[in-house]
Amino acid sequence: MPYVANTAEDQRAMLDSIGVKNIEELFASIPAELRLKRPLDIPPALTEMELTAHMAALAKKDAPAGEKICFLGAGSYDHFIPAVVDYVGSRGEFYTSYTPYQPEASQGNLQVFFEYQTLITQLTGMDVSNASLYDGGSAAAEAVLMAVSATGRHSRVVTAASVHPEYRQILATYLANLGIELVTVETPDGVISPEALAAAVNGETACVLVQHPNFFGCLEPVEAIGKIAHEAGALFAVSVDPISLGLLKRPGDYGADIVVAEGQSLGSPMSFGGPYLGILACREQFVRRMPGRIAGETVDRRGKRCFVLTLQTREQHIRREKATSNICTNQGLFALRAAVYLAALGPQGLRETAELCLRRSHYAAEKLVTEGGFERVFAAPTFKEFVIRVKGGDVEDMLVRASEAGYLAGIPLCMWYEDLADCFLVTVTERRTPEEIDGLVGCLNQVAAIHA
Amino acid sequence: MRNTRATQLLFELSKSGRRGVRLPAADVPEVPLADLLPADALADAPPPLPELTEPELVRHFTNLSTQNMSVDTHFYPLGSCTMKHNPKRNERLASLPGIIDLHPYQPADTLQGLLELLWNLQEMLAEIAGLPAVSLQPAAGAQGEMAALLCAAAHFRKLGQQRTKVLAPDSAHGTNPASAKMAGFDTVTVKSTPAGYVDMADLESKLDRQTAVFMITNPNTLGMFDRQIAEIAKKVHEVGGLIYLDGANMNAILGIARPGDFGADMMHFNPHKTFSGPHGGGGPGAGPIAVSSVLEPYLPVPVVVRDENGFHLEYDRPESIGRVRSFFGNVGVLVRAYCYIRTHGPDGLKRVSENAVLNANYLLSKVKHIFPVPQGDRCMHEFVASGAKLKNDRGVSAMDVAKRLLDYGYHAPTVYFPPIVREAMMIEPTETESKETLDAFAQTLFRISEEPADLLHEAPHTTSISRPDEVQAARQPIVAWSPKI
Repeated sequence: MPYVANTAEDQRAMLDSIGVKNIEELFASIPAELRLKRPLDIPPALTEMELTAHMAALAKKDAPAGEKICFLGAGSYDHFIPAVVDYVGSRGEFYTSYTPYQPEASQGNLQVFFEYQTLITQLTGMDVSNASLYDGGSAAAEAVLMAVSATGRHSRVVTAASVHPEYRQILATYLANLGIELVTVETPDGVISPEALAAAVNGETACVLVQHPNFFGCLEPVEAIGKIAHEAGALFAVSVDPISLGLLKRPGDYGADIVVAEGQSLGSPMSFGGPYLGILACREQFVRRMPGRIAGETVDRRGKRCFVLTLQTREQHIRREKATSNICTNQGLFALRAAVYLAALGPQGLRETAELCLRRSHYAAEKLVTEGGFERVFAAPTFKEFVIRVKGGDVEDMLVRASEAGYLAGIPLCMWYEDLADCFLVTVTERRTPEEIDGLVGCLNQVAAIHA
Repeated sequence: MRNTRATQLLFELSKSGRRGVRLPAADVPEVPLADLLPADALADAPPPLPELTEPELVRHFTNLSTQNMSVDTHFYPLGSCTMKHNPKRNERLASLPGIIDLHPYQPADTLQGLLELLWNLQEMLAEIAGLPAVSLQPAAGAQGEMAALLCAAAHFRKLGQQRTKVLAPDSAHGTNPASAKMAGFDTVTVKSTPAGYVDMADLESKLDRQTAVFMITNPNTLGMFDRQIAEIAKKVHEVGGLIYLDGANMNAILGIARPGDFGADMMHFNPHKTFSGPHGGGGPGAGPIAVSSVLEPYLPVPVVVRDENGFHLEYDRPESIGRVRSFFGNVGVLVRAYCYIRTHGPDGLKRVSENAVLNANYLLSKVKHIFPVPQGDRCMHEFVASGAKLKNDRGVSAMDVAKRLLDYGYHAPTVYFPPIVREAMMIEPTETESKETLDAFAQTLFRISEEPADLLHEAPHTTSISRPDEVQAARQPIVAWSPKI
């Protein structure tokens, strides 16, 4: 019992003070017939040394990025994490604290949330941000629910096949019992056709949700999309890659009403998919419809600037079933990491990171086409990801062989797109060096040759 | 020593031209940017983020951290939140490269260690719950509630039954009714008796064939085990409804009683409470759910399965509700829960609950003379004291007491919850606190109860700020910094 301080002597004294004979008496309220009458059937306890050896043995069966060179993306990215992010994130005063219910004892977290919210507004060009949600996917679903309540339109939501398939799946799950129809516009060219979108959007549409750059890495015609949404009286929600905003126009500058993003790129490890950071920002007029915690500035009794959780009448602990969402926690620790990351990079660092991703991914795509004989599937411009077709090859088998050769070369698209069954998605972050890219091309050439 | 000058914002510390991180050159053939991206997609300038050096960042955030109370530094008896010690070995082990540097779409053969861990965690949680099937996907307790309610909705749809109502006691966490609403149900509130138990007559009057689910927290939010639970389950099952168990209070009954054995059809765990995941200033948590075999087909995808080739993720589950979160779930939190359960084993987990309940009852025995505990002399892992007498006699509120505790170096209990107790102070010491800490805390409560009312109304006096004006914050929200013009 490494974490319990009570000695046998303590326990005796405590039981005497309570006025019971033994610990068993304290459980008298649980009827005997409802008790478990045997020990739990789980493995026996391990000491710290044994647990360390056990975990090391498990970890050894995995191949982390670093052991295999990672060209995987699709919402989870191998971006570089500066040491200062880990240092700040491992301060016990941050990671062992909780939701700032007592602001006088939580100014550290509250100021961090306020700084995080400000950084997100600077990054996205939106007016306001909350203090974070779970992940990019559920943030997208929350954005849509927000749009439904803001517009009062409860029947139709439009999205596109170029949005991350898992995000669309989450959205479908969230909407399943609410009587709201989810319409998905097909994207055979890898991007949304404004004509196809306009045909799907009508006067009952609450929201148009797109991703930019999209799941295939392509840039969407966001200004045209926003115009179509707004002309129908719908809100325009966009899911973005935060790193891309080092180069691309900010959603606030092209008319988005709600912006969501997966914030993992901002200083958090891939960690097999979580915990991550759900970013949600919007125009000021929707601030009272936002889900989740929001930190706000005020003054204390002595007139000193300070920060509190604010607009709490939106939230479940006060409004119960009338709340804007059921969300209770945010992802405080990952909001902190994102704040440190963005402040450490600054405007130039973010721009250079984005430019490295762009240049190196284009170098990789070019080389795969010219030297590998692979085909790029979509003509639209891309940021750090792109789709490659293996003419007549077995993509999954090829990727397994590449993995055996030390490259996590890409993500097969057959799971989500029947017409892209012979394609895979390649991602190049700033961490991938030209040598690694050359190695990838050589490796894929070799494994493709085996197929030919 | 606290640095009292450390409250400037990042944006006020920023100076044009400073940098914290430098990037390498691209080292690929130079191509004009205009050849790579269309001009109308590009921003004129990068986002106006602050510009600081690494030393400035380290000092800023380190000083901010000292303005928090935390489990590492203070007793944190925040009821319902189970603020137990966060083991340091778990932090180290969850950060092994073979655990943390894994991409969610890596091939299964490069993930056998982690998948084995997650599969075993599914099995262990199922055993602790007494329910056979587990999804590790939900990102928090509230999301677990919603996911399980969606499974229930799918179940009734398959049966061809139109059930529209979810019942929950008035003492329930706010997430219960909010989750029911998000899952498309109407919520109906069931009364509690003064002792915090379900009012059986009220429950029965509200149960009918429209009832899909009764959500119950047991032990409840007063820290009492509702021994009517088997009867409640019987009555709900008789009308064809299901029982949802809010597992927020599992720290009281590990290895002692299992929700599946006392009537629950589905439940969530809060690994960040029960299994020691650090709370991170408000998250991440995780909200894995355990369900009966009837509900198993509807669980979110993917789940980890084992076959003769090892472990893999199973997506092909045609009756699944789909997904509530991207990728696998909050894996980092789940790995810490795994480490915690493996550290304790069956006996250790039971000792955890025994000592959590012992500590809470001991503290109750010390506190009840100062602040009455309406629920009586016994509790499970937490109890709710009432400041109503102090409020009546001297005008001192539970909030005044909470604020004054901060001056003495204690985090405050949860106040004004549950709403069924006047001037509620919900106190959960957890098993990782010593008798000495509990004695000192009780003495401090006594001392505060004797202090002048004016002193208490103005508390706290020693924290980095005094009481904030929350009304102004909500009336004219300032939720982002902007440069002074």
